[in-house]
Amino acid sequence: MAIVTWISQPWHWAVSGAGIAIVLFLLTWMGRMFGMSSTYTVLCSLAGAGKNVDYFRLDWKNETWRLYLVAGAMCGGAFAFYFLSSPNAVAISQSTIDHLATWGIAYPTSDEHGKGFIPTTVFNFTSIKGIVLALVGGFLIGFGSRYGEGCTSGHAISGLSHLRLPSLITVIGFFIGGLLMTHLIMPLIFG
Amino acid sequence: MKNLSFFAVGLLFGVIMTKSEAISWFRIHEMFRFESFHMYGIIGVAVVIGAIGINLMKRLNITTWEGTAVDLKTLPLNYQRHLIAGSIFGLGWALIGACPGPMFILFAQGYWIIGLTILGALLGTYTYGAIRNKLPH
Repeated sequence: MAIVTWISQPWHWAVSGAGIAIVLFLLTWMGRMFGMSSTYTVLCSLAGAGKNVDYFRLDWKNETWRLYLVAGAMCGGAFAFYFLSSPNAVAISQSTIDHLATWGIAYPTSDEHGKGFIPTTVFNFTSIKGIVLALVGGFLIGFGSRYGEGCTSGHAISGLSHLRLPSLITVIGFFIGGLLMTHLIMPLIFG
Repeated sequence: MKNLSFFAVGLLFGVIMTKSEAISWFRIHEMFRFESFHMYGIIGVAVVIGAIGINLMKRLNITTWEGTAVDLKTLPLNYQRHLIAGSIFGLGWALIGACPGPMFILFAQGYWIIGLTILGALLGTYTYGAIRNKLPH
C-alpha cells in the first residue's frame, strides 16, 4: 500500500492550507458558513438550554448539518489517527522542545500516545491542576467564540477569505490573548 | 443525502486537521512562541487560496447548490467587542492548544481529557447566552 505510506507522511503546511481552503469552498458551495464553534450552541440547545435562555431556541431545520459535519470530522480524525498516522511524533522545533523541558514537559513522551498532540502528563484526570485547566480553557474558548461570533475557522479562515474587517480585528484579539497566555500566564502555571 | 454530504466534508476536515498537525497543542505553543513557520504557513495558504476562490465565486456569480449567492453574514464593526472577545478566545486557545473543531477530533482520537474541555466550552457558550444582554456588543 504505497499510497497509504505516502499519505501517512507529515503533510507540508502548503498542502494542509490548500486542503482547508477546499473545505471552505465545499461548505460555501453547500450554502453554509465554515465555522465550528456554533456546534456548541447547537449542543447546548440539544441539551435543553432553550428552556431557560432564548438564545438557544434555534430553528433546528437549519442547524442539523453542523452535527453531521462534526460527526464526520470525528470519524475522519480517528481514521487518520489510527490508519494514516505518521511514523514519528510531530516535528516541532528544537527550541520549543528545550523550552518545554524547563517546564518539565518532555517531548514527545509527555503525550501518552506518543504523537505529539496533547501533553497528557499535564492534562489528565489524575491531576487536579490538569482537570481545572482543561475546564477553564474550554470555558474561555466557548465564551470567547460566542461573544466574538466565531472561532479560528469562522473568523481566521471564512471571515478573512471574505476580507471582513471585524474578522481581522477578532483574529488580532486571538493573538493578543494567545500571546498573553503563552508568555505571561503559562510561565506562572507551569514554570 | 445532503446530510451525508456534510458528513463527507467533515471526514475530509478531520483527516486534514490531523495530518496538518494543526490539532497539536505543541504546534500551537510553538506558533505563539514564533519558533516555527508551520502554523502561519497553514493559515496563510488557506486564507490566500480562500480569498482568491471566494472572490472568483462572487465575480463569476457561482451560486450555492441551493441557487443562492455566495455571501457571509456581516457583523457590525465594534473594535472593543472584537478585541475583547478575540482575546478571551485566544487565552483559551493557547492554554488548551486546540480550537473548537480540533477539540472534537482529539476527543475522538482517545484524548478523553479533552471531553472536559468540550464540557467547559459548552458551559462558556451557555454562560454567554445567559448574560449576553449585559455585555457591550
